[in-house]
Amino acid sequence: MSLPDAAREALDVFEQAAGWEQRARLLMQWGERLAPLDAAQQCEANRVHGCESQVWLVAEQTDGRWHFKAASDARLLRGLLALLLVRADGLTGSQLQQLDLPAWFTALGLGRQLSPSRSNGLNAVLQRMAQLAAGA
Amino acid sequence: MFQPSPWRADFPAIAALQRQHQTYLDSAATTQKPQHLLDALSHYYTQGAANVHRAQHLPGALATQAFEASREKVAAWLNAADAQQIVFTHGATSALNLLAYGLEWRLEAGDEIAVSALEHHANLLPWQQLAQRRGLRLVILPLDANGHIDLEAALQLIGPRTRVLAVSQLSNVLGTWQPLQPLLDHARAQGALSVVDGAQGVVHGRHDVQQLGCDFYVFSSHKLYGPDGLGVLYGRREALGLLRHWQFGGEMVQLAGYQQSSFRPAPLGFEAGTPPIASVIGLGASLDYLASLDATSVVEHEAALHRHLLRGLNDREGVRILGAPQLALASFVVEGVHNADLAHLLTEQGIAVRAGHHCAMPLVNSLGLDGAIRVSLALYNDSHDLERFFSALDQALELLR
Repeated sequence: MSLPDAAREALDVFEQAAGWEQRARLLMQWGERLAPLDAAQQCEANRVHGCESQVWLVAEQTDGRWHFKAASDARLLRGLLALLLVRADGLTGSQLQQLDLPAWFTALGLGRQLSPSRSNGLNAVLQRMAQLAAGA
Repeated sequence: MFQPSPWRADFPAIAALQRQHQTYLDSAATTQKPQHLLDALSHYYTQGAANVHRAQHLPGALATQAFEASREKVAAWLNAADAQQIVFTHGATSALNLLAYGLEWRLEAGDEIAVSALEHHANLLPWQQLAQRRGLRLVILPLDANGHIDLEAALQLIGPRTRVLAVSQLSNVLGTWQPLQPLLDHARAQGALSVVDGAQGVVHGRHDVQQLGCDFYVFSSHKLYGPDGLGVLYGRREALGLLRHWQFGGEMVQLAGYQQSSFRPAPLGFEAGTPPIASVIGLGASLDYLASLDATSVVEHEAALHRHLLRGLNDREGVRILGAPQLALASFVVEGVHNADLAHLLTEQGIAVRAGHHCAMPLVNSLGLDGAIRVSLALYNDSHDLERFFSALDQALELLR
C-alpha cells in the first residue's frame, strides 16, 4: 500500500499508541491540524447529517483529483476527520472508490469508531465521500 | 459505603457485561433480563412452539393458555379490572400509533390534541402526524424550570376543544414525575380522552390505572425487564370501544368475505397477525419475578442509587443537570465540553450511557442544547457501577479540559 506521507506518519504514531488515553490525545492533536472552514462553507449544503455532532464536508475536484476539507464541533471527531482526509485527499475518483477506509481506520486501531451503532458521524462522512466519488 | 444490589445475580447479563469490562447504565433505553425470563423463553421454544387463538391441537392450546395467562398478569400488574382491557402490540410506539389511527375518526378540523413539551418522539409524532392529516391543532403544554409540566398553564390550555391529552408519566430525559392526577381529572372534565405514556414510569413502582383514571396507558415490555418487540396498551372499557380497527389480517377478523368483513372487539381485534407469542409469555415471567421482590426494598435501593448519582454529578465542576430529576436517571452536559467527545471517552472506558437527544429532540433543543449524556439506573445496578462511571467521567474531563 503506497501511502501519502501524512498518512504514513499517522499510521506510525497511532500504531504505537498504547491504550485509549494516548489514542484520544493523538486524536485531539490531529484534530488541530484540520484546516478551518470559513463561515460560508459551514452551510447547510455541506452539512453531513446522521451525526450527533455537526459535521461539514467540502469536496473539490481539480485536475481529476479530489480535495477535501472538513470541520466538526466535536474535538475527537475532528481528529477522525483529519485521519480520513490525510488518507483520501488527492486521490482520483477511481482511487477513492477503491479505497478501503474501514481497513484504514482498523489499521490505526480506530476500527470501532465505524461500528454501525456509533452515531459519531464518521460513517455518514464516509458515505458522503463515496457518493461524491461515484457521482463525479 | 458500598451499596450492593441484592438482585444483581438474578440478571446473568450483568456478569457477562462485567467480564467484557462494561458498566451498564443505559436501562432507560432497555433493561437486562432476569434468569426467570430466559427460562420461560427457553421452555416455550424447547417444549413446543405453537400459534395462539387458532389451532385446536395440544401445543396450540398450551401456547394460548400461557399467552392469555400473561394478559392476566399484565392486568394484575396495572390493576386493570379485566384482562380483556389489555391489548398486546409490537411496542409502546406501536401502541401509540394504534391510538392515533384508532381515534382519528373522532377528530375534525379545529379540534385540539394536547401533548407536553417533554414527550418522547413516540408520544409526539403519531399525534403531530394525525394533526396534519386532520387539520387539528397540536397544543404543547409548557414545562417549569424543574422539568414538570407547568400545571397552571396546562389547565388553561386544556379546554373544551381538547379531544385528546397525551402525556408521559415520567420523563425519559429529565427523570421527573409529571402531575398526572390533576391533568387527567381536568381532561376528563373537559371531555377529552387521556393517554398516558408509561414507558419510563411503569418501571418504577406500581401504578394503578383505575386509580389514575386515564383512558389509555401504554408501556413497552423491554424497559420493564421483559422481552423486546412487545408493547402493552391498557384501555378503559368504554375508551377501547371508541377505537377503530387499524391493522388487518389474522385472528382480528370475525367474519371475512371477499368484499366485506367484520372484526373482533379489543383485545384480539387490535392484535392483527401472529403476535410476539414468546415475548408475551416472557413478559409474564418477568412480572412474576418482579412481583416476587420486596417492592419497598427495590424503591429504596433505586432512590439511594439515584441520590448517589446526583451527588456525584453535583460535586463536579461545570456539570449541569437537566431539570431536577427525581429518580431513575439524570441527563447532564458539561460546560465547555461537547457531549459527543464525552460520550466517546466514556465508551472507550466501558461505560454504557446514552448520548444525544434521547428521542426527544424538541425538548433537548428547547433547553438550548443539541444533546446530553444520560445515566440511567435499574434495580441490578450497585454503587460500584456509579463509582466506575464517576472515575471514567473524571478521566475523560481531565483529557478534554
